[in-house]
Amino acid sequence: MSDSTVVGLHDEEQHHPELLHHFAEPQQQRDAASLGMWIFLATEVMFFGGLFCAYLIYRRMYFGDFGAASKSIDATLGATNTAVLICSSLTVVLAVWAAQTALRKLLIGSLVITMLLGMVFLGIKAKEYKDKFEEHHVPGASFSFDHVPIPGHPGQYANPRHAEIFFSLYFIMTGLHALHMIIGLGLFAWLLFMAWKGRFTPEYHTPIEIGGLYWHFVDIVWIYLFPLLYLIDRHP
Amino acid sequence: MYFSVWAALLLGTFITYKVAYIDLDRFNAAVALTIATIKALLVALFFMHIKGAHEKLLKLVVISTLFFLFILLVLSMADYGTRTWS
Repeated sequence: MSDSTVVGLHDEEQHHPELLHHFAEPQQQRDAASLGMWIFLATEVMFFGGLFCAYLIYRRMYFGDFGAASKSIDATLGATNTAVLICSSLTVVLAVWAAQTALRKLLIGSLVITMLLGMVFLGIKAKEYKDKFEEHHVPGASFSFDHVPIPGHPGQYANPRHAEIFFSLYFIMTGLHALHMIIGLGLFAWLLFMAWKGRFTPEYHTPIEIGGLYWHFVDIVWIYLFPLLYLIDRHP
Repeated sequence: MYFSVWAALLLGTFITYKVAYIDLDRFNAAVALTIATIKALLVALFFMHIKGAHEKLLKLVVISTLFFLFILLVLSMADYGTRTWS
């Protein structure tokens, strides 16, 4: 190390300035960051996994009622939201690539578009929630789901209490997902700020990579949420 | 490369949406979930860079995550699914 007595001061040529001292080399530091984020994502998988488990159990128990309830949410909006998130994952991957190749404009543009697509997603979600409020499909005192036919079983009507369970799961699962999106937007705002200040180089752009991992995870959760919640029983 | 994955993801979404309106009886859910799993794999392998990752422990972390999720879902469903009393 250097002879300087001032803590933190040492020869720039000895190692990359972003290399933290408990790592032997930059690649090891990058691997550690990535592994750490993946382990966090593992906990998130179990977090959502519990909700998916509850959903699967109740869906199996009350399939007809769930089908009726699922039919009342807008599958076109759901599909659009899926496409929006897929596009945002593409822009995230482009942002990482731009950081790797030192293309500042592409990096900043990709981060901005990612955030815009995230906001579009939340806007469409808000519209869906508004529709549910207006139709009195929000679980609680003013919930009503009377006389809704069960798809494929003419003459049979959905049990409102079972339908209420569907909507509870719908709001909690999509709500938790939306909360993750909002957190993701916050993270990307911070990444955008750092990118704007020129913090990222081809040698160091780890925050963008691990922020990207989080965003892709949120996308994957939605990829499963969409068919399970929106497409239970759509055929005429 | 990324663009092909992106196109495949959008195509998968479109197919899932359209097939949902066709009556396949019990297989609607299976088809939808299969396509969803393929999409998730595409995102995980290519967008999240699992394929070609440098860290050797990464595969272990990802596979054990899936393993525990598998236990949660499969054993819970097996419990409820084999309750023959109503």
